[in-house]
Amino acid sequence: MHFVVCAKQILDPDTPPSAFKIDEAKNEVIPAPGIAPVLSQFDGIAAEAALRIKEKIGDVKITVISLGKGSAQAAIKQVLAMGADEGLLLEDDAFENGDHYTTALVLSEAIKKLGDVDAVFCGRQAADWDMGQVGLGISQLLDIPCAIIGKNVDVSDNKMTVERVLLDGIETVEMALPAVVTVSNELGEPRYPKLQQIMQAAKKTVTKWNLDDLENLNKTDVGEAGRKLKLEKLFIPDNDSDVEFIEGENAQEKANNLVAKLREAKIL
Amino acid sequence: MSKNIMVIGEFDNDQISETTTELLSGATKLSAGGSVSIVLLGTSSDLIASQAFAAGAHKAYISSSGDYDAFLADKWVNAVNDAITKENPDLVLLEQSSIGRDLGPRLAFKLDTGVAMDCVSIEDDDGHFKATRPCFGGNARAVYSFEASPAIATIRAKSFEIMQGDTGTGDIVQIQDTSVSKVTITNREVFTIEGLSLTDAPIVLCGGRGLGGPEGFDMIQALAEAIGTDKAALGSSRAACDLGWFPVANQVGLTGKVVNPDLYIGIAVSGASQHMAGCSGSKTIVAINKDPDANMFKASRWGIVGDYKEVVPALIDAINAK
Ligand SMILES: Cc1cc2nc3c(=O)[nH]c(=O)nc-3n(C[C@H](O)[C@H](O)[C@H](O)COP(=O)(O)OP(=O)(O)OC[C@H]3O[C@@H](n4cnc5c(N)ncnc54)[C@H](O)[C@@H]3O)c2cc1C
Ligand SMILES: Nc1ncnc2c1ncn2[C@@H]1O[C@H](COP(=O)(O)O)[C@@H](O)[C@H]1O
Repeated sequence: MHFVVCAKQILDPDTPPSAFKIDEAKNEVIPAPGIAPVLSQFDGIAAEAALRIKEKIGDVKITVISLGKGSAQAAIKQVLAMGADEGLLLEDDAFENGDHYTTALVLSEAIKKLGDVDAVFCGRQAADWDMGQVGLGISQLLDIPCAIIGKNVDVSDNKMTVERVLLDGIETVEMALPAVVTVSNELGEPRYPKLQQIMQAAKKTVTKWNLDDLENLNKTDVGEAGRKLKLEKLFIPDNDSDVEFIEGENAQEKANNLVAKLREAKIL
Repeated sequence: MSKNIMVIGEFDNDQISETTTELLSGATKLSAGGSVSIVLLGTSSDLIASQAFAAGAHKAYISSSGDYDAFLADKWVNAVNDAITKENPDLVLLEQSSIGRDLGPRLAFKLDTGVAMDCVSIEDDDGHFKATRPCFGGNARAVYSFEASPAIATIRAKSFEIMQGDTGTGDIVQIQDTSVSKVTITNREVFTIEGLSLTDAPIVLCGGRGLGGPEGFDMIQALAEAIGTDKAALGSSRAACDLGWFPVANQVGLTGKVVNPDLYIGIAVSGASQHMAGCSGSKTIVAINKDPDANMFKASRWGIVGDYKEVVPALIDAINAK
């Protein structure tokens, strides 16, 4: 079987709010000095889901795909180090300034070109724009079923079973392959590659495809020309409130003072 | 300029959901005298349609087929598509719910258009819709315009104020859809909420990893009981849920629930942006943390620096002392 993991390299979402800055003229986040970009957290978990199934059923090839500039190779290498077999980077100037639609379009065309893909694993959302639509987009464009926000994923007898996290419950669904799943942190921690695996992954060559390699796509379909959403403005909301630290000799006095304030404000 | 706006409705048995009512109010305002329609799928949809008319809808696209009672996104998308084809709206609004999250992107890709997820406001800027949404874990806000039609947006609960509808009647149009889902639901467990739900509670007490273990939540539960369990509900940070200390259904934040209570107390929660994304709309925020530099204090009105193991029992005593 052939699984695809879609992986995105992003600015570290654990950047402390004090180091989070925006270039308002360019509508871009300014990378915080000294904080390296990372593989989007949920994509590591998507890779983990695929690897667990591979370990169980054997005979699975895992290809990790990333759309982005050359630096996205780091995300690919990380998933390779975790145990994926092949890497594919989709890189072209024409892909720049696209949106989630064009991202899903390019990824789906690459998956079509691979030809024999049985299952696609995505993160529930990329931890930069927090949008959560590319996995569903791929499934819609390929006209295959999709289950989102999985906490358990299994593949057997040519079908995929996904236990999904709902806001108020849990649901298990089954769908025939090929299928797409998006995974959430409830699945568990992604494995940490061993040094030897990191070194092996570093040596692996990553295949690169550009626009010309995707025969069904033209320049007008992708990047800025193909996008459906335009980012008009990016800004940091002002939600700092001036905190008043409650004073007191000890915890009891502080607690009494807080309760008094809450009662005075008619909140308690 | 008046606009044609469609809301994808949600309901629970015999009651239209509060967020759907909010969306109808928002749609009425944004339509500027144009038309507001709703899509309702499932057994009681004709009953719900009259509630939707009272809340501002002029037209309801419905199917009362029981086939929609379980949400199967790939079937729903075809039904909604039928309504969109007939109505040709400028804007389609969905809840940022388990349904909207699944349906919004599917619709957008089916209709070759764009969807903005998890929006907190939509404006009509000189005839063009602009959607504002949190991103970068809540650290930033992005404003998007749409370069294809219809514009689609999923909306966070409590983003639009409920306005009195014109309690009118409206037209009912039957939806045609014979599609068959490619997905089978084999099991479904709905968490039963005992007492007050997290999203309705006027007071939310939220525990984090700093509690050190699940027993910390027992202490917070005791605080909730002192305040009154008809008012206070318990929430948890993701770190505490991931450690298995508290049920995932009570997770507050970007990937959990969004709460907007009158009072939110974060106890041993650091206040990461992804957590604040779920509670920054609270009217008053209080933080209890042993680290005076914890980010949670920055968003708080009041703060106590200290060990929660001392502060929480002291709060219980202070409340009980009257
Ligand atoms: C894409 C993405 C989505 C996410 N979604 C969510 C989400 O929905 N919800 C969410 O909560 N998080 C979410 N997170 C995780 C988030 O970034 C933080 O890691 C998480 O909120 C931290 O939880 P915490 O505050 O409980 O733990 P910590 O950050 O470990 O903080 C513990 C706090 O407890 C304090 N403390 C320790 N001991 C005591 C004591 N005895 N008394 C008082 N204070 C004490 C410490 O000073 C510290 O401030 C998400 C992350 C990503 C990347
Ligand atoms: N540029 C990209 N390259 C590869 N995969 C991506 C890319 N963008 C998004 N994805 C995948 O789609 C998921 C959801 O992303 P999003 O819709 O952007 O929130 C991510 O978790 C990835 O698995």
